[in-house]
Amino acid sequence: MREGTHLRDFDWALLLIVLAICSLGIVEIYSATQSAPPSSRLAGLHWKQLWWVLIGVACMLALSRIDYHRVLDQAPLLYLVGLAGLVLVLLIGETKYGSRSWIEIGGRTLQVSELVKLIIIVVLARFYSEVRTDRLSLLDMAKAGALVGLPVGLILLQPDFGTAVMFLPIAVVGAFLSGIQWKHMVAFALIAALLLPVGWYFLKPYQKERINTFLRPEENLQGAGYQTQQAKIAVGSGGFWGKGIGKGTQNQGGFIPVRWSDFILAALAEETGFIGVLVTLLLYMFLLLRLVQNAQGAKDRSGMYIVMGVAAVLGVHVFVNVGMMIGYVPVTGIPLPLMSYGGSSTLFVFMALGLVMNVRLKRFVN
Amino acid sequence: MSSWIGNDQKLPQGRLAAISYLIAAGTLFLLIGFWKLQIIQSDHYGQLAERNRIRSLPIIAPRGQILDREKRVIVDNYPSFSVLLLREDPKLLEEGLPLVAEGLGITIEEIQQQIEASKSIPKFQPIQIKPEASQADIAFIESHRADLPLLELLMVHRRRYPRDGFLAHAIGYVGEVSEKQIEASGDKLRPGDFVGKSGLERQYNETLMGTDGMRRIVVNSVGKEVEKLEHVEAQAGQNIQLTIDYDLQVVAEAAMAGQKGAVVALDPRTGEVLAMVSQPAPDPNSFAIRIPAQEWKQLNEDPDKPLLNRAIQAQLAPGSVFKIVMSTAMLESKVIPEDYSVYCPGYADFYGRVFKCWVFDKGGHGHVKLHDAIVHSCDIFFYNVGKRLGIDRISYYANQLGLGRRTGIDLPGEMEGLVPSEEWKKRVLRQPWYPGETISVAVGQGALITTPLQLARTIGGIALGGVFKQPHLLMDAKAVKEETFTINEHTTEVVTQAMFGVVNQEGGTAKGSRLEGIEFCGKTGTAQLISSDGLKKVGKQKQFSDNAWFVGYAPRRNPEIVVSVLVEHGLHGSSAAAPVARDIIKRYYEKKGARDKQQYTVDYKRYELSDSQELAQAALGPAPAASTPKTALPPPQRKGASAQR
Repeated sequence: MREGTHLRDFDWALLLIVLAICSLGIVEIYSATQSAPPSSRLAGLHWKQLWWVLIGVACMLALSRIDYHRVLDQAPLLYLVGLAGLVLVLLIGETKYGSRSWIEIGGRTLQVSELVKLIIIVVLARFYSEVRTDRLSLLDMAKAGALVGLPVGLILLQPDFGTAVMFLPIAVVGAFLSGIQWKHMVAFALIAALLLPVGWYFLKPYQKERINTFLRPEENLQGAGYQTQQAKIAVGSGGFWGKGIGKGTQNQGGFIPVRWSDFILAALAEETGFIGVLVTLLLYMFLLLRLVQNAQGAKDRSGMYIVMGVAAVLGVHVFVNVGMMIGYVPVTGIPLPLMSYGGSSTLFVFMALGLVMNVRLKRFVN
Repeated sequence: MSSWIGNDQKLPQGRLAAISYLIAAGTLFLLIGFWKLQIIQSDHYGQLAERNRIRSLPIIAPRGQILDREKRVIVDNYPSFSVLLLREDPKLLEEGLPLVAEGLGITIEEIQQQIEASKSIPKFQPIQIKPEASQADIAFIESHRADLPLLELLMVHRRRYPRDGFLAHAIGYVGEVSEKQIEASGDKLRPGDFVGKSGLERQYNETLMGTDGMRRIVVNSVGKEVEKLEHVEAQAGQNIQLTIDYDLQVVAEAAMAGQKGAVVALDPRTGEVLAMVSQPAPDPNSFAIRIPAQEWKQLNEDPDKPLLNRAIQAQLAPGSVFKIVMSTAMLESKVIPEDYSVYCPGYADFYGRVFKCWVFDKGGHGHVKLHDAIVHSCDIFFYNVGKRLGIDRISYYANQLGLGRRTGIDLPGEMEGLVPSEEWKKRVLRQPWYPGETISVAVGQGALITTPLQLARTIGGIALGGVFKQPHLLMDAKAVKEETFTINEHTTEVVTQAMFGVVNQEGGTAKGSRLEGIEFCGKTGTAQLISSDGLKKVGKQKQFSDNAWFVGYAPRRNPEIVVSVLVEHGLHGSSAAAPVARDIIKRYYEKKGARDKQQYTVDYKRYELSDSQELAQAALGPAPAASTPKTALPPPQRKGASAQR
């Protein structure tokens, strides 16, 4: 251990919560894919996820040992690398689920935008700490917007609307903590409300359909409404105690769409009931609150911005994904962090948590 | 340390705390959402989950067979497959429809129409979209089970009817249940079910139909069966045994081949129908599945009316056959003495109009009394009888002897015919009765119309001395109605002697059909469709030529069989109709003789080599490929026969 970093300062509580969530995820991935034939790409998915978690923990430990100030130093370079990656993926990327957002590295595909998310957290942390004010000006807000806008624009070209939207909370939370003025907040809210119809015009037909379905689910049980309906059936039929792990009819019968990934919580809700959901959501709440707590104890503003950037991304992922399960949010391709199967998103979360650990370990160092 | 890091370590604690509260509030908000679904609405979603995975498929009950009086199979079933469409998953339905349509060779519009028509049925019940799956359809469905979980095969039983319209009208046919029938049945019938649409199939539908079973299985999201939950076997429909004698039917069909008309053979002692033919006849096999609208329209608009069961629905003037009713009325009413005599010069004048006798072209009958008037069918004699009896007395006896009303046979759609009377004309036509009309009615013309079945029952009943049994086709019919209109023994003797004379006496109108050793009796009839003068004007057009009738029976007293024959446009009862009755009665006695020789055993071997067997084969044809190789005539495996060998 380097000077000032002690094993006891490591955030063991946070790690415990994270591993608990990962365990629930792996168990449910197992349950959701157990009936898949050995030749299927779903066979043994829980083992793969376990490996991703282990690799993730290793990445987290590694990142926690690099001083985050050094990372912040490299922010401009990282930003350029991120943009280059996004351009590259547009040129040579692979298309999955209708979006060109995957790149092949050593036989595995990686979702570049996940990595870029991490970079943007760092870049915005650097930007906001340089602003050094408690009254954020419009010009600075515009600059922050431009910093986020560029990668978001590239991701929209893939097109991956869901992922692109997930970048905004980093900027919003940052702005909030940098002392955005209330009048500006109100003004932005109004402008956003006015721009909604204009934005509608730019949406793709399938996105419009999803939103229509979300607003009037009973009218459209075909297409997008089907997924929401099946998820709701799974959740609702789980009742208070659930049907038991491996016994959910919606899950085992394959009625829940991508039950091992984006809709894993619906599978969990069916098999473990409200009790299981309560435990899961409380774990996420503790995770997020623990992140805020770490931010509050950060040594400086830049550390706080990093931690809160991570909290913003994770929080919005969790709320949007969970909202999808019960029909509160239209269906978008947003995974549930730490639970949904997926190498890129799991690695991103652990790397982000590595930065958080880093900030925590530096809190008493001058 | 880099230059950009400020010394400001003051953090916006207030705003951080606000975010904490926001996180807690958001979690609570989501938990409330889950509470609503999982606690408050869990029953509702539980049901939806069950509906998702459990599929109910019907097991179709086979319809009962239709057997002849000796339990030979006339109508049976063959296994087939019907294509079911599962509609539970609207997304799959929408996406899969083009492939379904292409694979099954039907249009998307047709399928959508059927989905629309079945809207009222719960979505979890599949609907039949193609009643007869071909080998290609079955292969298509089996090979697409994984990627097209919309189709399911249903084993069904299709009716196999005798070919070429053999007994077609009496049997009737089945067809897909109509919306009206579904409504009328309560919940018992479902769209796609097959029910009797006409004939015995309709009359005894309840008996024949049976009760469908049901299979409940668990399926996964691609429709693969994972588990069996429930299996309720179908209960097959009951067989019905008819009074029809297959052998007599074969003879009757052969005798009527190519003609237009009808045959009814009855046992007047019991009312059992031994044979019933109506020609032309449709092939019910062509509507056993789904008849194309065009073909159905053609059948309905065909001027030969192939769908009409002439045996019970043709209402035509009986012609001279009615003279038997007239004779009975004359003797029973005693208005006219028995030895009443008339001179027949070939024509006579009544009420200022000339009425001809049928022998007008060759002269007349000379002096005739009742017996000869029947044997030679003298019209002039009966004109006079009619004039003296008057229409009301004729009408009374005709009615009592069974004309002008339904016989009550166990077939749907029987017609009642018409016996005119003064009262009837006033009531229906609002016109007075003209005496001249009575003269026409006296020889079975005018407004008088009868069905072949009515005539068989009436003549048979008179020969029995006034006992009229309700005709029926079901062997173990319960409560067969019997009417008695007691006729004096003397009257019966005189009338039956005369009918014996018609066939057996020199100069009898059906002398050509005499059968050696059999007391074959009967009465010919030749009914004009238009007057003979009119006929001369239009020339010899077939649609205006006379209808030929013959009602024959044997033996002379207490007959065992009575056969009524109608040949439309057959010109003469003696040449066109009487031979048909003769053939049937001959066959009846052949069988009877064989039975009497070997009292309790029936040697079917004889029939297998006989002409009738070949005819039967010709009528039934080879079994369809999909069926078990089972001919309509089962091999001789009945107890008596096997004991004999």
